[in-house]
Amino acid sequence: MSRAVAALVVLLAAGLAAALGLAMLDLPEPAVRLPARVAAKLGDSGVDHPVTAVLLNFRAYDTLLEVAVLLLALVGVLALARPHAARAAAPAHPLLQTLARLVAPLMVLVAGYLLWIGAHAPGGAFQAGAVLAAAGVLLRLAGLLPAWAQPGLLLRGGLALGLLVFVAVAVAVLGQGSLLQYPPAAAGGLILLIEAGLTLSIGLTLAGLYLAGTEVEP
Amino acid sequence: MSVGLLYALAGAALVAIGLAGLLLLPQLLRKILAFNILGSGAFLILVGLGQRDGGIDPVPQAMVLTGIVVAIAATALALALARQLLDLSGRMRLPEDGPDAGAADD
Amino acid sequence: MTDFLDPLPWLIMLPLAWGTLAFVLGPGRGGRLAIAAIALQGLLVLQLAGQLLAGGARVHAVGGWGAPLGIDLLADGLAAVMLLLAQAVALPLAIYARGYFAAQPKGRELFWPMTGYLLAALNALFLSADLFNIYVTLELLGLAAVGLVAIAGGQAPVTAALRYLLATLLGSGAWLLGVALIYGSYGSVSLAILAPLVGADAPLAATLAAALMLAGLLLKTALFPFHFWLPPAHGGAPAPVSALLSALVIKATFYLVLRLWLELFAPLTTVAAAQLLGILGAAAILWGSALALAQTRLKMLVAYSTVAQVGYLFLLFPLATLVPPDAAESAVQGGVMQAVAHGLAKAAMFAAAGSMIVATGRDDIGRLGGVGAHLPLTLFSFGLAGVTLMGLPPSGGFSAKWLLLRAALETGQWWWVAVMIAGGLLTAAYVFKVLRRAFLPVASGDRVTRVPRTLEFSAFALALAAILLGLFGAPLLALLAVGGAA
Repeated sequence: MSRAVAALVVLLAAGLAAALGLAMLDLPEPAVRLPARVAAKLGDSGVDHPVTAVLLNFRAYDTLLEVAVLLLALVGVLALARPHAARAAAPAHPLLQTLARLVAPLMVLVAGYLLWIGAHAPGGAFQAGAVLAAAGVLLRLAGLLPAWAQPGLLLRGGLALGLLVFVAVAVAVLGQGSLLQYPPAAAGGLILLIEAGLTLSIGLTLAGLYLAGTEVEP
Repeated sequence: MSVGLLYALAGAALVAIGLAGLLLLPQLLRKILAFNILGSGAFLILVGLGQRDGGIDPVPQAMVLTGIVVAIAATALALALARQLLDLSGRMRLPEDGPDAGAADD
Repeated sequence: MTDFLDPLPWLIMLPLAWGTLAFVLGPGRGGRLAIAAIALQGLLVLQLAGQLLAGGARVHAVGGWGAPLGIDLLADGLAAVMLLLAQAVALPLAIYARGYFAAQPKGRELFWPMTGYLLAALNALFLSADLFNIYVTLELLGLAAVGLVAIAGGQAPVTAALRYLLATLLGSGAWLLGVALIYGSYGSVSLAILAPLVGADAPLAATLAAALMLAGLLLKTALFPFHFWLPPAHGGAPAPVSALLSALVIKATFYLVLRLWLELFAPLTTVAAAQLLGILGAAAILWGSALALAQTRLKMLVAYSTVAQVGYLFLLFPLATLVPPDAAESAVQGGVMQAVAHGLAKAAMFAAAGSMIVATGRDDIGRLGGVGAHLPLTLFSFGLAGVTLMGLPPSGGFSAKWLLLRAALETGQWWWVAVMIAGGLLTAAYVFKVLRRAFLPVASGDRVTRVPRTLEFSAFALALAAILLGLFGAPLLALLAVGGAA
């Protein structure tokens, strides 16, 4: 790329930053105050952490689509994953293997805790799923877990479970009047059910994004 | 100036850096990183502006959590594609022909 | 009980569910499930259209909270027309895809799950009335489209998919930035809440947000000069994918441009900005048509034709901005009619091109000899689709261009008429370039094999629909008028 084009791009980027800065320094007072509305309805949401309430109740529909995005990314990665030229993987250090064996069960425990605490404090399905996925990656790096070329039926079911449970709950409560309108008394339980399914599926999906991309042993 | 606004201004700088990187850097891994910097800038602006009067606003925080997961998904797909391109062509960059260069080839 | 039968939520949940089930069923499975489900989605849209015509626009408050705390879905005439287009294109293409992947198995493994998510994203996008929710639908749509482009593997498609991915991510990044500025200015992302708040005295942040969101959408819609990613992506993918992308995916972002321009950001629009969009559209028509004429590969020709046809969509902006209401209405009707007509015709054209490539075994316009003799219905479908793209009566393309023409003459902007006529002539040139070759006898050494009948009939159904749209377009315009978008 020529110097002139590069200079133009830098100028464009700097101009955008300047415009953004100017716009931010001259903002009106917002006409709508959502934090107050969230606080007012928190008692009806089924959880007492406001971010979880927004994620899994007030704007749960965003989260549902986002789970689909994550699964879709894995489907895209799987479509690309071809058995690469078999490359002899260096055997993992025994210390790493021992450590991974030791830490992995602990990580599952932490994931369970994060899932449970999400209703009251920072935590929830995504954080728990990320820890699960990290355990999977660790086991893979230690050579204790094989890479997947094509996941089998059971694994595909596990990957899809979170989204399927979410969709099923979303339409099961249509009788209340609209999509994802939980009956107030059951909201907490339904959110925990959705989050439990999501934890498993998100953990598998995130791990799969890594495991499906690595070399397959002969 | 509130802390929230400071975050938002830092976000604007990140957006500019990410935009320039995405357009200028030829190496795919750097392009993908640049996209992530751009995204982080946008997230900072979203959260920062929402909390510029000092209070905590859970709505943009939840939106950013959604956005982060979406960005992870997009990054994973981009990395898988880049990896595939590396396997197929031996190069980690897009060919440099401009728009419509391939018009008359077969 | 009636709550359970509301078509609105099902239009989004159904494709999500069958896409996921197709994934669980396993590689290559789920085609029949998809066809049945899309047919059901088609019935749901018809039911929804009936509800709108009888009772006006409908809002569905997801979670029961209502904006601004919750997310609202809005079904008005414009959304219903786009939903109708999406299901009408998807059903024949799904039938086509089953036959196509039986003949060309490369890429069939994960086609159905990705298509399910693609349709879910389209339906969700058309129905969303929330700027941040639209961001999520845009990402779902973009990743599904990119995944589909790369599905058959190979260096050229993977390169095209990466270029497309980077472009589409930059586009959604710009959208998200706009959403952040809007939330910072007004404290809400709901279209219904924001509409009365955005006025001519809007702060700089709102104007900047409008510009960023518009730029991001233009990049995703591949309007000239942002079209660089489109031809290799649409031209390199398997034929059913090309058809879905050209017919529907770029229409989704055009739909957002139209909605923002006419509703949320209407107080900020200027004649200069509208003229600029029109000029870019005119440049797209001329440049895309000329390059289509220069192609030697059939699918690249059809892909460049999409670059050109996108241009017509943007002619509506100079014809609908700050002009008398009659002309504006005609322009919007023309633009939407063009989106629908092009969607049907381009799906037919890519489907027919795919059949010709299967039959001749290569993607080469110079080697199409014998197609006319062996695949007459496919070639006829290609020609019928061409009639719509040229804008000849009685096709849907003619109605679209007629409505745009009327608006141009009413507002005294005759120069757009010249562009439309030149574009029509160039279109005729590249369509006849294909037809002329196809009517030649088979060249020695080449052979033309038969293709499954489902390939021929599904392409024909789409091409016929594009023609019938011209004869029976009035109900569609009546539907479009529901809710005051046009």
